Amino acid sequence: MIELKDVSKSFTLHNQGSAVIPVMQGASLTVAPGECVALTGASGAGKSTLMRVIYGNYLAASGQVLVGGLDVVQAEPREILALRRETLGYVSQFLRVVPRVPTLDVVAEPLLAIGCDRQVALDKAAALLARLNIPERLWSLSPTTFSGGEQQRVNIARGFAHDYPAMLLDEPTASLDVQNRETVLSLIEEAKVRGAAIVGIFHDVGARDQVCDREINVSDFTPGVAA
Amino acid sequence: MTPLLQVNGIEKRYGARIGCTDVSFDLYPGEVMGIVGESGSGKSTLLNCLAGHLEPDAGQVVFDTRTGGPVDTVTMSEPERRMLGRTDWAFVHQHARDGLRMSVSAGGNIGERLMAVGDRHYGQIRDRAIDWLGRVEIDGARVDDRPTAFSGGMQQRLQIARNLVTGPRLVFMDEPTGGLDVSVQARLLDLLRGLVREMGLSAIIVTHDLAVVRLLADRLMVMKDGHVVESGLTDQVLDDPQHAYTQLLVSSVLQV
Amino acid sequence: MNEYNFAYLDEQTKRMIRRAILKGLAVPGYQVPFASREMPMPYGWGTGGVQVSAATLTPDDTLKVIDQGADDTTNAVSIRKFFENTAGVETTEETENATVIQTRHRIPEAKLTEDQILVYQVPIPEPLRFLEPRETETRKMHSLEEYGLMHVKLYEDISQHGAISTSYAYPVKVSGRYVMDPSPIPKFDNPKLEMDAIQLFGAGREQRIYAVPPHTQVVSLDFEDYPFEATKADHPCDLCGAEDSYLDEVIMDDAGNRMFVCSDTDFCRSRRAQGHEGRLSKEGAI
Repeated sequence: MIELKDVSKSFTLHNQGSAVIPVMQGASLTVAPGECVALTGASGAGKSTLMRVIYGNYLAASGQVLVGGLDVVQAEPREILALRRETLGYVSQFLRVVPRVPTLDVVAEPLLAIGCDRQVALDKAAALLARLNIPERLWSLSPTTFSGGEQQRVNIARGFAHDYPAMLLDEPTASLDVQNRETVLSLIEEAKVRGAAIVGIFHDVGARDQVCDREINVSDFTPGVAA
Repeated sequence: MTPLLQVNGIEKRYGARIGCTDVSFDLYPGEVMGIVGESGSGKSTLLNCLAGHLEPDAGQVVFDTRTGGPVDTVTMSEPERRMLGRTDWAFVHQHARDGLRMSVSAGGNIGERLMAVGDRHYGQIRDRAIDWLGRVEIDGARVDDRPTAFSGGMQQRLQIARNLVTGPRLVFMDEPTGGLDVSVQARLLDLLRGLVREMGLSAIIVTHDLAVVRLLADRLMVMKDGHVVESGLTDQVLDDPQHAYTQLLVSSVLQV
Repeated sequence: MNEYNFAYLDEQTKRMIRRAILKGLAVPGYQVPFASREMPMPYGWGTGGVQVSAATLTPDDTLKVIDQGADDTTNAVSIRKFFENTAGVETTEETENATVIQTRHRIPEAKLTEDQILVYQVPIPEPLRFLEPRETETRKMHSLEEYGLMHVKLYEDISQHGAISTSYAYPVKVSGRYVMDPSPIPKFDNPKLEMDAIQLFGAGREQRIYAVPPHTQVVSLDFEDYPFEATKADHPCDLCGAEDSYLDEVIMDDAGNRMFVCSDTDFCRSRRAQGHEGRLSKEGAI
């Protein structure tokens, strides 16, 4: 479902003496449907960079990034958008939403974007918010005013609203209490059961051991200092 | 799928000075494209060339018309182009008073495009005007008030209603949130996002506000000195800018 | 007579105006620009109509001049005198006997014939001016037949007054093409715009001439659910008893007594001469 072939990434800082900073090279991996792969490596090793390259948020310098058959590196913007709408979900660490939009609508939006009936979308959003213990009195408020943990759970609800065949999870269990952590892990398990291919970053070793089938150390893709 | 708009090699010069040059892109149905750049970068010139307000010195703006398929709007006759401007195209000005008739009631403003395409039933025109006021979150009871009695944000929403009432397929927007309070901007952006999705609109939005394009635009084109220096997926251009100018632009935004 | 060229204007000017008139007749409703001359009367007193009349009159013509339907008001009298002095043509107050009728704000009640020419004095010839102040834009709207704006004006009328309250200068579409301001005639007169006579419109200050040839279709703009209505005061004439003529309301005293009389003085007089009577005709008030 997700396949990387010899992907490299570098940043060129034009406004700082055109310094070229290689951050990744020779990255190859494959994630099959129903499989959850954890990215590991020291902080700064390039875990988030790799996730962003897969999502099309960062532009790979070379190589192929195939998600559901589409090469994200070469694809047109509209193809990537269609991929993100239908195939590839992403739960980032930060919630980025239009201010003043109610939480319920924020969570339902991915479903509405694929043409889901409004009531069906809102019902599913409500079910997810309830499962993640967001009090119902907050649903009509914008999540921008919520605490960090609440925002993270809204973000997760939004990420799991649509049953994406491929998912990227960036620290999904960070800053969650035990009960909510369990809920998120079971959401991940359910996604695997329905056949989602998942790539995740988990600093929470217990969580990683519980849901991940394999680990990939991104330090292997870090360019040598001399390179 | 046929692109809704195919832009090929658009150039506009003001004497020896370049307004914009060598601009080409395809816009597909449902896509929202942002054009960013600093003042004088040529983004407004480009928008006006695309919308038929300025005649480009070179290039084609091919629009996929409902009846005749793709037609170059630069060379089409003026009546056809103006008809397009009243039906399939819409233009939202930065200043609402440029896009509204200030001496005409809200209902008359919304109804004008309907009457321009031949609607001759007062009751139906008025009903649609009230319906559209509701869709842009203005109380229908204000249908007979003039825009001069409206706040800036309401005027901008009225302008949007006036433009969208004939169900256009392509909307040009020139700094649609410029000059509005931040809180009013947010509401307008949310409204526009909803309308774009519900109506399946394609849109080209010129702005210097990177936050606006991040929320509204699928794709981004960055202009400098009349040239397109970078284009691509909005979040990719903003988070991983490749061109020196884009990097400068992105790094210049104040973090709140 | 020797001190003036026939009908005041020099022959070159009359040729120029006649060309404009012919063009106007060829393109019904289209506003033809012309080089309006200074006339020995102020703008607003009919300088456009006078120039059109001057270019139209021949020595054999009989001229009638009315202002708001009346032959005896200042404006009508002075223009009639003007042409008596400068052209020496016959003048009349009888509609049937006139060959050229210059009018301000009315169409005579009597049916006009193919042998007659009706010349209107026009203050503002541009019907779109109310909503679009730019001349460049209104010209473009005419040339591209973009007349939605005209209905916006009627829409505003209904939304503010519950009905189309425009009661004079009511816009019409001529021969299915140009939207035209019929000059400030009451909308009661609009149906009469489809007539056997030639109609010429002259706007002196705005330098425009336009025309409606005989037997031309003239449609008053309206909405399906608010159709055009040619309205008048719901009253018969108090002098001649006519129920189908356009009436002026005359306040008679401080007690609020009022009377309604035909605005077309010739029409009223000829009816009374035929023996018709109204509510107040016995009292010999007029």
